[in-house]
Amino acid sequence: MRFLKSNAGGLALVAALIAFPFVLSLLTGEALNTGTPKFWQGMLAQVFILGVYALSYDLLMGVTGVLSFGHAMFFGAGAYTAGILLKYAHWGLLPVIAAVIVVTLVQSLLVGALSLRVKGVYYAMVTLAFAQMFFILAEASDFREYTGAEDGLQGIPVPAWLSPTHERLTFYFVSLAFCVCVYLIVRRIVSSPTGRVLVAIRDNEQRAQTVGFNTFAFKLIAMALSGVLAGLAGMMSALWNLSANAGMLSTGTTINALLMVIIGGAGTLSGSLLGAGFLQLVGYWLNDAFGPRWPLLFGLVYIVIVLFLPYGIIGTWRARRRQG
Amino acid sequence: MADLLIVDGIHTYIGQSHILEGVSLSVPRGSITALLGRNGAGKTTTLRSIIGVLQPRSGTITFDGKAVQGKRAYNIAAMGIGYVPEHRAIFRDLTVEENLRIAERKRGDLARRSDLIFELFPDLKTFLGRGGGNLSGGQQQMLAIARALVAENRLLLIDEPSEGLAPIIVENIARALKRLAGETTILLVEQNFRMASQVADRYVLIDDGRTQQSGAMADLVADDAAVRRYLGVS
Repeated sequence: MRFLKSNAGGLALVAALIAFPFVLSLLTGEALNTGTPKFWQGMLAQVFILGVYALSYDLLMGVTGVLSFGHAMFFGAGAYTAGILLKYAHWGLLPVIAAVIVVTLVQSLLVGALSLRVKGVYYAMVTLAFAQMFFILAEASDFREYTGAEDGLQGIPVPAWLSPTHERLTFYFVSLAFCVCVYLIVRRIVSSPTGRVLVAIRDNEQRAQTVGFNTFAFKLIAMALSGVLAGLAGMMSALWNLSANAGMLSTGTTINALLMVIIGGAGTLSGSLLGAGFLQLVGYWLNDAFGPRWPLLFGLVYIVIVLFLPYGIIGTWRARRRQG
Repeated sequence: MADLLIVDGIHTYIGQSHILEGVSLSVPRGSITALLGRNGAGKTTTLRSIIGVLQPRSGTITFDGKAVQGKRAYNIAAMGIGYVPEHRAIFRDLTVEENLRIAERKRGDLARRSDLIFELFPDLKTFLGRGGGNLSGGQQQMLAIARALVAENRLLLIDEPSEGLAPIIVENIARALKRLAGETTILLVEQNFRMASQVADRYVLIDDGRTQQSGAMADLVADDAAVRRYLGVS
């Protein structure tokens, strides 16, 4: 009962998102799997996937205070792992999910063990270098047979029941469930004793050490959790696009995560989801209205947000509510 | 009274600056020892060297018979040393309760120690759910000390607890520290000589990164010349 009371807003939002395709179908008079309802299911499915990716970055940057410029390497690794195993090894979806978890866990632990030895801007540069390494690997013609090199890995076979083309409504609900589950997991982590240590590290790492915490180990845990969640988001993105490409490993993909988290409010978790919605939907509308100039306008919107909402949308709202 | 902490001739550098040039001191078990000196004498650097935030290049530090130097801060803290840094060092983004709970080394530490903590700092009990960053300066200082009391630390290193606080708050903190005398051993860095002389039973004077003299606090209080020379207090 207490859970229902304290999460009334979130539950209402989930209920609204469940009802959304049906309401839209009723309003437009179009079938669920056609036209406008189908389009918006796809649009929101992408928001949910991006939301998970932003949440994963928020856990690392917003909650733990570790600024990475290479987060896309996990997103891309998840996408390529899923794509290669589905297309060439013909694995089922569950083993593919397990493989994505293992691959991104190993990847994040290795990268973390090497890069977390340095701090601040040096850490950011080391992660950028790692991400570039994976980006170059994905584009390398030596592995064209598996990765598609600069053309990307095309035609990933998605199980028929989850086809984003033919079973859009199912894909919509699966991605919604994925996003809600990851949000609840991350929220649970942040409110756990481990999460409190992560917040303490963000606050003052040296102080956390003098209280008795091996901060390197805790940052590595944060990086591993964050890497696995980003990998799963990358896998979902590959399932949605039926492809994986080197752009998923690029600096631009990391910058998108940073934008979503800052727009929503770093460390707020729900802000990351809002930031994902903002990036996807405002990006779409600006593109629709202004064509190729939309990133310039989006940049202006971003500057306005940073100037007037310095802690992001949710962060600033919470800060103002606290001040009464 | 056996010594719980022995610092013997440590030399600590910050970057290229040679800050501690052979500081030696001992802290008897159960005592409150004040580490005194002018600004820049090396008091904070001494505490930071003991807790492992700074690594001395030479000299030894022994806590309860075990060598401390070369160990990482979290290992030293786990040996039973609580550190209260200067500038009201709390975790501002955590609530009061979370600030206390994070210092638990064993499950239930806070429950076991809550009587003592809330007896010393009753205000904290009423602010358990409040964010650390929203507390007043005095409350933050109380919280910082309380956090070091959650785990049963055998030695507390407390750096400038009275800094920037109103006299009434300083008195409260002094009273709390005196009350702790029977519970734990304290090495206290304090600029406020009046407070230090009320609280501590022993003193160590350092100047320019070297130990100048040490002994019973009562002797220093009676030694006007030393107080004037090393602390600039008349």
